[in-house]
Amino acid sequence: MNAANDKIIIKFDKVTKIFGTFKVLDELDLEIPEGRITLILGKSGEGKSVTIKHIMGLLKPNSGTVTVDGEDITHFDEKQLREFRKKFGMLFQQAALFDSLSVKENVMFPLREHTKLSEAEMETQVAKILEDVGLPGLQEKMPSELSTGEKKRVGLARALVHKPKIILYDEPTTGMDPLVSDMIDKLIVEVSQRDKDLTSVVISHDLKAALDIADHVVMLYKGRVQLAGTPDDFRKSSDPIIRQFFAGKVDGPMEFF
Amino acid sequence: MESSNFIVKGISAIGKMVKDTIGELGSFMMFLGYAIREAAHPPFRLRLIFQQMYFIGNESLFIIILSGFSIGAAVSLQVGTVFMLFGAQSMVGAANAKSLARELSPLMAGFLIAGRGGAAMTAEISTMKVNEQIDAMEAMAVDPVGYLVVPRMIASILMLPLLVGIFNIAGQFASLLVAINIFDIDMGTFFDKMLSIVTWHDVWAGLQKSFIFGVIISVLACRFGLNASGGAKGVGQATTNAVVTMLLALLTVDFIITYFQIVFK
Repeated sequence: MNAANDKIIIKFDKVTKIFGTFKVLDELDLEIPEGRITLILGKSGEGKSVTIKHIMGLLKPNSGTVTVDGEDITHFDEKQLREFRKKFGMLFQQAALFDSLSVKENVMFPLREHTKLSEAEMETQVAKILEDVGLPGLQEKMPSELSTGEKKRVGLARALVHKPKIILYDEPTTGMDPLVSDMIDKLIVEVSQRDKDLTSVVISHDLKAALDIADHVVMLYKGRVQLAGTPDDFRKSSDPIIRQFFAGKVDGPMEFF
Repeated sequence: MESSNFIVKGISAIGKMVKDTIGELGSFMMFLGYAIREAAHPPFRLRLIFQQMYFIGNESLFIIILSGFSIGAAVSLQVGTVFMLFGAQSMVGAANAKSLARELSPLMAGFLIAGRGGAAMTAEISTMKVNEQIDAMEAMAVDPVGYLVVPRMIASILMLPLLVGIFNIAGQFASLLVAINIFDIDMGTFFDKMLSIVTWHDVWAGLQKSFIFGVIISVLACRFGLNASGGAKGVGQATTNAVVTMLLALLTVDFIITYFQIVFK
């Protein structure tokens, strides 16, 4: 699959973000194609989460512009941003389910808040989406009764239930056993295949598995894009920084701080 | 030289404390303003308001009745003993009702609700904060102040006066029992004296306090929760700080309201 000819849905134009004296993003130019799975790689502290927060407008750049779905969101006010965020679904690292709400209420949350659907219609949608993530009939359980993998899947159901245009996955498989990781990876691909217009952005450390699921890969280093291309471009790259990251070795040209 | 150094340090410490307190008060007012603005426009989450009303009431009803009864009985005993010295023990119900309605009920109920409902609010919201649940809410385009703070604020404003009313009734019932059984006063005299001294103004003065206490407890509790950071320790710290601040704020505001009620009546 080549993402080069795809329509760009998310575009960073010379985005700089500075925290104190630390420049996390340094005139970052980034393009994410529509309807594909894009993987953002980079070692810890390289600005992956900061990038995701800029995409959702949770952070504003010091300079540069972020364009999402044709709109420059950099100067959006809080009200515009709130409306804009309805385009997104996000799966958090720890799923971030509301512990005081049942699975049903968790998944229903975006529908209850943003739609005028009746209780019965919402229940039908919840049942359908839970089935899609492989957890039919779990509506009445509380998050504390679920396994880590189940929590992730409920989190995914919640992120997808209002049919977002873009779904963001923050380290979806970090800290999980290989079987659950594999299952989550498969689910990411399934979800993406089911809805061809859905753009998926995945931040992951689980390099090899993530490369298997991605259509497009972006590696960040020192606040800029070190490489953007297909997983194959990444695997075949002779760039010493990429090679070192791929090999997972401390010794090499990559700087640690 | 050393003593002047000590004085300088003392003055700067006081200066810092004053500056911090004013800063804290300023940010509380801004947060309160934001919460009121959020409360004024849709969505009006009635379901959440009712849930919170039930939570506050259910959490505190038993201790409110028990405390009201104990305080009413203790105050009546103390006051009655003094009144007996000049033969005025028939006034025990009136004295108890007046002190409960204007001062003790709102303050004690405020303390109890801060310690139960308020602490629980901070613990719940701070746990949500440290577990990324607040971030998740933001990511789902829902304002945490509108979703979490507003229903708690409205529920507290509605429930506090109700609980203060129940505190008054429980305290007055205890006073009646003390008056009849210990000071040999008949029920007719008890109520006659009470109604001649205590007016609706006294009850209203206490209720005014309870409305404001409801705002203070809920908004402080939620604010400490939303500002929590750093795992389980952060949750504990936020809850402790919230309770201490709520109690101090209730005492200070109680004095200020009482002053205005007495001076500008």
